[in-house]
Amino acid sequence: MNPDVKYFLQLVLSGLTKGSIYALIALGYTMVYGIIKLINFAHGEIYMIGAFTALIIGGVLQITTELSPLVILGISLVAAVFYSAAYGVTLEKIAYKPLRNAPRLTALISAIGMSLILQNFVLLAQTSDFLPFRSMIPDFSFLIPGKSLLTTTQLVIMVTTFVVMLFLTLLIKFTRMGKAMRATAQDKVMAQLVGIDINRVITFTFVIGSATAAIGGVLIANHTGQINFYIGFLAGIKAFVAAVLGGIGSIPGAVLGSFVLGMTESLGAGYISSAYDNAFAFLILILILIFKPSGLLGRNEVEKV
Amino acid sequence: MKKSVLVLVAMALTVSLFIGCAKDSGTIKIAVVGAHSGDLASYGLPTVKAAELVAEEWNKKGGLLGKQIELVIEDDACKPEVAANSAAKVVGDGVVAVIGHICSGATKSALGIYNEAGIPAISPSATNPPLTQSGNYPNFFRTIAPDDAQAYTDSKFVAEVLGAKKVAILHDKQDYGKGFADFCMAALEEMGVETVLYEGITVGGIDYSSVLTKVANTDAEALIFGGYHPEASKLVQQMTQRGISIPFVSDDGVKDDTFIQVAGEFAEGVYASGPMDTSDNPMYKKAVQDHIDAYSEDPGAFFINAYAAATAMMNAIDKAGSTEGDAIMSALRSEYVETPLGSISFDEKGDAIGVGFAVYQVQNGVYVEL
Amino acid sequence: MNRLLSEAKKSLITSLWFMVLTFPLLVIKVNTRDNTVVWRWMNLLWVAIGAFGLSWIWRRMLERREKGNTRIQSSAWREKVTVFASNRKFQISGLSTLALVVVLFPFLVKFYQVGIVTSALMFVILGLGLNIVIGYGGLLHLGYAAFYAVGAYSYGLMYLYWGLPFWVALPFGAVSGALFGLVIGFPVLRLRGDYLAIVTLAFGEIIRLLLENLSGFTKGPEGIAQIPRPAFFTKLSLQGATTYLYFIAIALVLLAIFVIKRLEDSRVGRALEAMRDDEIAAQAMGIDLTKAKLTTFALGAVWAGMVGVVLAGKTTYINPGSFTLMESVMILVAVVLGGTGSIPGVILGAFLVTLIPEYFRALADYRMLMFGVALVVMSIFRPQGIIPRVRKRYTVGGGKE
Repeated sequence: MNPDVKYFLQLVLSGLTKGSIYALIALGYTMVYGIIKLINFAHGEIYMIGAFTALIIGGVLQITTELSPLVILGISLVAAVFYSAAYGVTLEKIAYKPLRNAPRLTALISAIGMSLILQNFVLLAQTSDFLPFRSMIPDFSFLIPGKSLLTTTQLVIMVTTFVVMLFLTLLIKFTRMGKAMRATAQDKVMAQLVGIDINRVITFTFVIGSATAAIGGVLIANHTGQINFYIGFLAGIKAFVAAVLGGIGSIPGAVLGSFVLGMTESLGAGYISSAYDNAFAFLILILILIFKPSGLLGRNEVEKV
Repeated sequence: MKKSVLVLVAMALTVSLFIGCAKDSGTIKIAVVGAHSGDLASYGLPTVKAAELVAEEWNKKGGLLGKQIELVIEDDACKPEVAANSAAKVVGDGVVAVIGHICSGATKSALGIYNEAGIPAISPSATNPPLTQSGNYPNFFRTIAPDDAQAYTDSKFVAEVLGAKKVAILHDKQDYGKGFADFCMAALEEMGVETVLYEGITVGGIDYSSVLTKVANTDAEALIFGGYHPEASKLVQQMTQRGISIPFVSDDGVKDDTFIQVAGEFAEGVYASGPMDTSDNPMYKKAVQDHIDAYSEDPGAFFINAYAAATAMMNAIDKAGSTEGDAIMSALRSEYVETPLGSISFDEKGDAIGVGFAVYQVQNGVYVEL
Repeated sequence: MNRLLSEAKKSLITSLWFMVLTFPLLVIKVNTRDNTVVWRWMNLLWVAIGAFGLSWIWRRMLERREKGNTRIQSSAWREKVTVFASNRKFQISGLSTLALVVVLFPFLVKFYQVGIVTSALMFVILGLGLNIVIGYGGLLHLGYAAFYAVGAYSYGLMYLYWGLPFWVALPFGAVSGALFGLVIGFPVLRLRGDYLAIVTLAFGEIIRLLLENLSGFTKGPEGIAQIPRPAFFTKLSLQGATTYLYFIAIALVLLAIFVIKRLEDSRVGRALEAMRDDEIAAQAMGIDLTKAKLTTFALGAVWAGMVGVVLAGKTTYINPGSFTLMESVMILVAVVLGGTGSIPGVILGAFLVTLIPEYFRALADYRMLMFGVALVVMSIFRPQGIIPRVRKRYTVGGGKE
């Protein structure tokens, strides 16, 4: 293969990896935003809590039992999903529910506050140091032809992102709950009038959004090999950028936005300079929003007078 | 009328609150300033403990110049803007010398204040070269070798021991990591080694595969990284997974057992430079033992350097026979003192003579001096 | 009695829920570095007790909020204050005392206290500047620290390359702040709400990344050191310079208050407020939205530019690490905590945000946690801020009420 072509393909592949990592977090972001029109600043923290729960439960099982890594991965993933969902729901009840009719800015401050609380809670309850997260995904890279191109964990992340996106799309398109969610997103008052229990819808949204964040947290921790209390902050910002880029509120938009972001960073780093990878990410965001103010796949909301 | 009386009383109260008590209690005050809170606290707190141990020892022997030593401990959270306030505070408290600060940036913003007050400062950990080499901070001393000395050690190792002709250099875009990377590039050029790639990476990034693709795309024979262990462990892990097998050479920020614990099997074979191992020195052993006796745990980062710094500073005050800044500084420069780092003194610029770096390699899960 | 039982039951359920919720993070401590597990069962007990009590209080507070009790109380309280404050004699004696305290302050306290208060005053100016953008313009800005950086680097670079002094840099910092405000303002004209927030955040980060990466020009992460403190005809001693900076900060605060007060009553100010309340209606009334938005950004950025210069002159060392997103968020918090749009509110908010961490170092580990709690509690129970804004009301007769 021509080395230039190979280099390009490698960059594309790492762009896809980055994209699917961002997408796993951005999906939950965009869902929550779609329903309650609030930047859930603490979403990155939910992701961090998922990773931490998996580390704790997985760590205890690894140290005290002789279970196989795959079983431990399964159990810690379930625990992470449960706890992230629980934290997500509790967070909504405490910090967002009382502010449903408040101005956006107030709700945003509350979200920033919650983000600080969760970060510092984990810092105080656990540690500020980085803890190693031993990869629990078995290595089957011998099955992959170009193994220097793609690791097992990266492949698992990509496949999971695809599955989660498919699941969410089907859920929203074809189930009763999905219909209720769409109705709530469009008009809360009307939804209530036609008999939709919007509190249930919102709780459900937080459960699903937080659960996808937890899956993301566990898989990404497997990929990076270490976590601390602060990992949610940067990941949350990136995911938020991806969600806005794609058109916040739209599920395929979040995935598309994440891939655009990942590709931009990867190609920018590869051909220009990796010192600016975040700058490229923010630049593409600004450029796209200038020309398409509601994101790539966002609906252009017409202001009603 | 009543109101104005009330206002006056309130004013008087406020004023008396702020003035506080400025009593002169016949002690010698020495400040210990550094990061004692926040995420860098683990770098700053061992210095406090070292200073406490040394001060206690002097006090048991009857104190310095016949007075007891009183430590004034202030936090700068490693932030330049906070450090300026902390520095002003300890100067206002009447300290005669400062042990600190921990981070180079905070040290720079505080030194001007100490300089104007004529107070010497000695840092166990601020490695930024201009602190001594620029000549702007005549009152600054340190018991750790500057980054360029470290970079020189690493570069020499890469050029001579590894025999590399082409290298890739990555850094974390922070003060310390980038400084190290820049000095490496300059030193390597002099040694006839070509830098084929020089890139910054983002701290806290999830995935470094694109920059590693870039590294793999060059014909570099070694990768030098300037930065700290969290990024280093991600880099070595992702390098191994992508089958990039060139040697990984890094700095003191990586020569930390945490790196080996976090990176696990991927740490094997990594080279990193760190202060020369003086653990055979009897004073080293005593300092560590005292720490374990006093705090029932092993000492943390820069403890030995801080112990040496405190020892040197108090010795200088003793030898100078005065608490005048100039006298202390000339004693620091002229007198050799026994410390856990060996017998040291300070050169004109303030760098310790006899303190240097060595290269270590991770072998079977521990750093071994080469 | 029944009510009490049902309340207890509710609290018990919450308490159980929190025991489940915090179980892995608070009880188990796994160190995957040396493979040890510590079980801290006592923590579970504290959570149980804490959650039981706090949930009880929380529900009470929510109930009170529903009834609107607090509002009535606060307005009664405010009336008293207003009556008291409008007393002419009180105004004169109060203001002159305040002025006296402000002037004498640096000579009465230890000089590091002056430094700390100056830091707080600088934050006050930042808060007042951001308040123009958020409180009057209604534009959510998450990249405000970038203007602060622009100011600081104006002085830093002007000193580095041309050796220019503080007083030349100060107006230049203001102008470059305003220019950057315009530069950022242009592309975001079409954006609103959350989109605007994220784009300003992006701009802020880009500016910081540029400062970090253009190391040939800005000295990169190493920062610019040895920037001189402002001189008063001749070079001042440290104490002198600290006091001097204090008065500079005081002067800037007064100037900011004066300008904002004038702005409130001016055509431009009213145009901004109209835009905040309803963009379409404002446009229909003939307000040029482009002009209004750009004015907002520029007017807000001027102050950050000036404070940036003061910062460089005060710490004598600047690096890009001082202008992160967290800094922007803190300024935003000061504004919202104190009371968006309210000058005394913003001043109080800025003092709280800077002085509480400064004087409560002992609580270092808990202070960010408490800060988060304060933000959530404030947003829910006092969203208008500690000292809410009193909007001027105009009556038909043309007189001001």
